[in-house]
Amino acid sequence: MQPFTTLTSTPAPLKVINVDTDMIIPKQYLKTIKRTGLGTALFAEMRYNEDGAENPDFVLNQPAYRKSEILVAGDNFGCGSSREHAPWALLDFGIRCVISTSFADIFYNNCFKNGILPIVVSPEDLEKLFDDADRGSNATLTVDLAKQEIKGPDGGTVTFDIDPFRKHCLLNGLDDIGLTMEKAPKIDAFEAKLAKRAWA
Amino acid sequence: MTSSTAPRTLYDKIFDDHIVDRQEDGTCLLYIDRHLVHEVTSPQAFEGLRMTGRKVRAPEKTLAVVDHNIPTTDRKAGIAEEESRIQVEALAKNAKDFGVEYFNELDIRQGIVHIVGPEQGFTLPGTTIVCGDSHTSTHGAFGALAHGIGTSEVEHVLATQTLIQKKAKNMLVQVDGALAKGVTAKDVTLAIIGEIGTAGGTGSVIEYAGEAIRALSMEGRMTVCNMSIEGGARAGMIAPDEKAFTYLNGRPKAPKGAAWDEAMRYWETLRTDEGAHFDRIVKLDAANLPPIVSWGTSPEDVISVAGSVPNPDDIAEETKRSSKWRALDYMGLKPGTRMTEIPLDVIWIGSCTNGRIEDLRAVAKIVEGKKIAGSLDYAMIVPGSGLVKQQAEEEGLDKIFLAAGFEWREPGCSMCLGMNPDQLKPGQRAASTSNRNFEGRQGFKGRTHLVSPQMAAAAALAGHFVDVRQMG
Repeated sequence: MQPFTTLTSTPAPLKVINVDTDMIIPKQYLKTIKRTGLGTALFAEMRYNEDGAENPDFVLNQPAYRKSEILVAGDNFGCGSSREHAPWALLDFGIRCVISTSFADIFYNNCFKNGILPIVVSPEDLEKLFDDADRGSNATLTVDLAKQEIKGPDGGTVTFDIDPFRKHCLLNGLDDIGLTMEKAPKIDAFEAKLAKRAWA
Repeated sequence: MTSSTAPRTLYDKIFDDHIVDRQEDGTCLLYIDRHLVHEVTSPQAFEGLRMTGRKVRAPEKTLAVVDHNIPTTDRKAGIAEEESRIQVEALAKNAKDFGVEYFNELDIRQGIVHIVGPEQGFTLPGTTIVCGDSHTSTHGAFGALAHGIGTSEVEHVLATQTLIQKKAKNMLVQVDGALAKGVTAKDVTLAIIGEIGTAGGTGSVIEYAGEAIRALSMEGRMTVCNMSIEGGARAGMIAPDEKAFTYLNGRPKAPKGAAWDEAMRYWETLRTDEGAHFDRIVKLDAANLPPIVSWGTSPEDVISVAGSVPNPDDIAEETKRSSKWRALDYMGLKPGTRMTEIPLDVIWIGSCTNGRIEDLRAVAKIVEGKKIAGSLDYAMIVPGSGLVKQQAEEEGLDKIFLAAGFEWREPGCSMCLGMNPDQLKPGQRAASTSNRNFEGRQGFKGRTHLVSPQMAAAAALAGHFVDVRQMG
């Protein structure tokens, strides 16, 4: 997993609440057996018209935001299905940070497994960040994970909370499975205890 | 850490019993007793194991079944759609290579993974259950701690039989009183989501309690726990009781004999202690609940069947207001339209929410000897598993459905998420017993109204929503 340290980008505003994972990546793209190449499918039903041409109204199709690596979105981002194809599609498109007032639990968790930083901010800060994002290529945000802060275009900063263990893993690009494998003796011991239960 | 004498919730007890390791910051390694695997969210996980030379740690605690993308027409000739076929073949190969038991698309035990688990007795009280599917919360109906995970976590569980977890908050949803005739478990869960919102349970595990929950059958309890995720909670659970034990006793994978007796001694302790702390308590009165219909593109957009489409201009917050206008535009509805005046094109009955035998019996009771409305494009029933289908056919329900004009299909997820050929066409409007009314969920530009099986059956006969309370 690619570590996440700092990121500077023009933020793209997506002013919709309850952006669900079906919106992030519609089901027809879930038939892949790979993790890669899903960037073109990101937000497909909002991003493309029925004939497959780009919908010019959709934020990521607008010139200022086509290369955005930060998405600023309405409350409860990533609700719905557990599909990890959602963060895979975001990552493949180039988005490495999503900012909202809240995230659905499974999506939030899936982000950290893929080097994406989801940031929770207050409703007031989200409004400020939406305003920054509305300025298009005239404004950039800098996210610094170590300092847990977002620096705005006018020098203002927004700080955010993050679980220390998740922060550590993200900063260092650590693989969860590798970490857990080191605890194999504890898993063995737990299973030995379980084996005494006739039914488990 | 909670001391052993402090009163604990059901969730606290199961969580505590599965801690393999606890770091200073509270991050835990949690042991996973049961892992369900399906074709859509697992191929990349097995590929990850291959690339790192890892094995499945506990294949006997893992069960694989195809459900998401398989056609619901006759499957004996194979799967025509190439990408779906490749995904199904990949699951078959992965199960074989890694020694995991697998129910293929022709197996009578095949079905939607959350219907198969309880049916086989793979789902047991007091266990931790995960699956790469958000509706894993269903299994909480048996007093299991069950939740959906992403593919990276599927790989983590396959490799280590554990998950890295932090303790969630405890939330209690108490539903007292008795449901009116025609009001079902589906209406209870939609009402709860309407009350708390789709983010209301975020960061929490919900325990459902109260006399209306106790009065529900196991099927009804599964419907309620199933949609916990639509209220934002990864897991929902109900303390197991005699109904749960009776349901499980004798199932193929349930413990037998002395092992059953030993299990029972533990299972009977699985209830929230008097005085245990809940971070949030929500109370509903069952007697006040109407049959419910969704009007928008989020499961929180719900209203009584006797009500009208709400006006988003009544919402103060700007992003929320514009989002709800967007939903009405997508749904092709205007504020003030009575729900019973909305004409329907498609009726779809099935899913892990409402594809069990009790759901099909309820539908049959309403449609027996009647015909679906001529104005519909079609009405389809998809049983949740091969065993549900077999049971329904033994009871003659298939004949009732076919005579009424329904299509009777092979088991799978089908139009609940439309990964297979069962999809709404742009603009088509469906009454659906599924769990999500998201944009595009049941087909590109398709319009979904979430309802109970009874409401779907009544709507099938009328061609529009009707208040089932007013039916004979």
